[in-house]
Amino acid sequence: MKKILGIFGLLIVICIATALLSDSFLKSFNIENLIRRSALFGILSIGAAFVIITAGIDLSIGSVVCLIGCLLPWMLVECEMSVPMALTMVTAISLLIGFTHGFLITKVKLQPFVVTLCGLLFYRGLTRGIVQDQTQGFRGDFSSLRTLSQGELSIPGTDFGIPNPCLILMGVTIVAIILLNFTIYGRYMLALGRNETATRFSGVNTDRITILAYVICGLLSGLGGMLFVLDVGSAQPVDFGNFYELYAIAGAVLGGCSLRGGQGTIIGVVIGAAVMQVLKNTITLVDAIPTNIEYAVIGAVILGGVVTDELVKRFAANRGAKMAK
Amino acid sequence: MTDSKPVPFLQARGLTKSFSGVKALRDINLEVRRGEVHAVIGENGAGKSTLMKILAGVQPQDEGQILIDGSEALFNGVEQALQQGIALIHQELNLADNLDVGSNIFLGREPTKYGLIDTKRIHSEATKYLQMVGLKIHPRTLVETLTIGVQQMIEIAKALSVNARVLIMDEPTSSLSQLETEELFKVIAKLKSQGVTIIYISHRLFEIKRIADRVTILRDGANAGGLEKNEITHDAMVEAMVGRDISQFYSREIREPGENLLRIRGLRTRAWPQHAVNLEVRAGEMVGIAGLVGAGRTELLRAIFGVDSALSGSITVSNDELVNHDCRTAINKGMAMVPEDRKGEGLILETGSRNNIGLPGLDQHRIQKFFANAAREKLDAQRMTEEMRIKTTSDLQPVKYLSGGNQQKVVIGKWLSMNPSILLLDEPTRGVDIGAKQEIYRLMEELALGGVAILFVSSEMEEVLSMSDRVLVMHEGQITGELDRANASEEAIMHLATGGQRSVLIEEENN
Repeated sequence: MKKILGIFGLLIVICIATALLSDSFLKSFNIENLIRRSALFGILSIGAAFVIITAGIDLSIGSVVCLIGCLLPWMLVECEMSVPMALTMVTAISLLIGFTHGFLITKVKLQPFVVTLCGLLFYRGLTRGIVQDQTQGFRGDFSSLRTLSQGELSIPGTDFGIPNPCLILMGVTIVAIILLNFTIYGRYMLALGRNETATRFSGVNTDRITILAYVICGLLSGLGGMLFVLDVGSAQPVDFGNFYELYAIAGAVLGGCSLRGGQGTIIGVVIGAAVMQVLKNTITLVDAIPTNIEYAVIGAVILGGVVTDELVKRFAANRGAKMAK
Repeated sequence: MTDSKPVPFLQARGLTKSFSGVKALRDINLEVRRGEVHAVIGENGAGKSTLMKILAGVQPQDEGQILIDGSEALFNGVEQALQQGIALIHQELNLADNLDVGSNIFLGREPTKYGLIDTKRIHSEATKYLQMVGLKIHPRTLVETLTIGVQQMIEIAKALSVNARVLIMDEPTSSLSQLETEELFKVIAKLKSQGVTIIYISHRLFEIKRIADRVTILRDGANAGGLEKNEITHDAMVEAMVGRDISQFYSREIREPGENLLRIRGLRTRAWPQHAVNLEVRAGEMVGIAGLVGAGRTELLRAIFGVDSALSGSITVSNDELVNHDCRTAINKGMAMVPEDRKGEGLILETGSRNNIGLPGLDQHRIQKFFANAAREKLDAQRMTEEMRIKTTSDLQPVKYLSGGNQQKVVIGKWLSMNPSILLLDEPTRGVDIGAKQEIYRLMEELALGGVAILFVSSEMEEVLSMSDRVLVMHEGQITGELDRANASEEAIMHLATGGQRSVLIEEENN
């Protein structure tokens, strides 16, 4: 809980600072756009969080975003598939990717880093091969499908609206919170992330639970890829979704997940993902910060967050040890 | 120096040490004579390890003095203690197992030639020290290929190579087999004859009876007496440690066991694929499996519980045969297993007793198929904490902060909450102090009285002898003998455990 408050505090501080330094930050256009981006990355971060909680990692998120982001318009426009058919296909592909990762990690006993690093390379190359490096777009059609990302729920009496991706994120968040904290599967994930052997000794099929985590991550990466392309309207296979896995992982880590596994809250992860997007926005808007040092700023903030967290933890551990005596 | 006694070689006077306000040592005195084997004993938490760390310069004392040959020695770190010839051999070995033996002995002070490591000299020097501890291995042997027992000897050789005059051994036999322990004792005797002084810490009182010249007993961080060679008896040591008279280790009443709950036929494990094991455990019966480390006892339990798959054979639980089962099936059939490695296999250290105790029950108590029954989990944890008298500040306090005994109670509690009919225990009281040991024994007793079939593995002779209705002795993957309570003795078990004659009874059963 303290961790969530801490990261939420950080978010507020960055928002206030940016608002003070830039006039455009609080413009409703900027806020809406920011919320939309944060929501899209929040979905990816939740996926990453499930995998990280089981002490794994998924480096292929960005490439899955690219694969789905390019295949969806390609299937609709080039292959002239029906909308339900195309949606079914991208869902199936996402699930299959997640399952394959989980299978290779648990049954073939490969390291998550290696498996998903290969995935990162493979899906990117596969996408570029399938669509022949051509930019894939909706060519102005499918506007009803695109409202999934572009539409908003307008708040009566204001000219402000909640972007649809934000509503989708809320749904995903609620399901994820329930799954992680209230179902036995989530409890098993938290347990096996801490100690897989002890969890197996307690009668848990840890392989199956680990596969489930990768399937969730694959599914949410696919959902993210779909929403991204519906939002932007077109996707270039060469760089669509580049580095998104790093934003997703960074958001999860900033939100309280430990790469050692077993730790993390969904709310924290969502806020963590938002911090990343607000920071990017800050760098763009505030003139005093040159845009080209964007990555340095983001890197420094994440590092600062993790160091603070570690110090707080050490302090708490000392207190815990004292109490035990 | 109050009287005319010779000045002791190593002396600690009034040592006091606190950790964040809690006194770990209070005014401790210790006198060690040159060339003796001096045992320091006490329950877990009595302050043995802290005292040893101060003597070896790992930690500074708050108050008090350390004297060597009557003059005060001030240690400001391990280096200075080593210079004075005091070396500590930790309970957990500190060898780099990816390096060879010679490199380990000279790690950090490698002899050089033209700025490069002089491997030739390392090997010739290392061979000398290896011989001193009776090892005939080549210094180029990789440490990871050696057994724990041999690795321990290498630690000793390493200490000798810095001219240690005092060797402090902290539970050196805790992970050694009986044979390796014998080897260690030989080396200790040899070192002693060469004038090396040894301070020996162990929970295993029979070892101390064998090798110690004198004993110092600690209780709750203070001196609780000392024993001279002729006074060292098992009862005297136990009495001084717990401060009360325990005339018997643990006494049990004998009952007629009930129906057959667990039947194993022709079970072969990966550890000893050439040997098949047969055994049975009946309701209310306590069967102990004795044997040396590496005899395949742990592997047997793991195969029964379904952690590892067996190569062949059948496991029958109350007339249902389990085929290629996993832990979940075993648990659903009423089995439970307290594993050997409490921290690695039994507990999730960073979470509290509530989640640890609740974990195996989540599956059976799920609500509407998917949801965890948090209320039930909390109740189970509460019940177990009370029944087992687990000392914890709250059921959310991470179990890594609990003492070994309380941790073990959490592991046992987690299984008792499942009401098992067959309980497998692997070294149920390892690293647990005497008080908690007695509680665990009492608990096993109660469970057996309630009709639970108990199969346990133990390397502690006293435990096997006092707790078992029947003792099965394993040697190199096979059961070499079965002893009933009347015939079970330390000698009989050791005979079978080291590969003595197989009893006729078992031979017949196998056919």
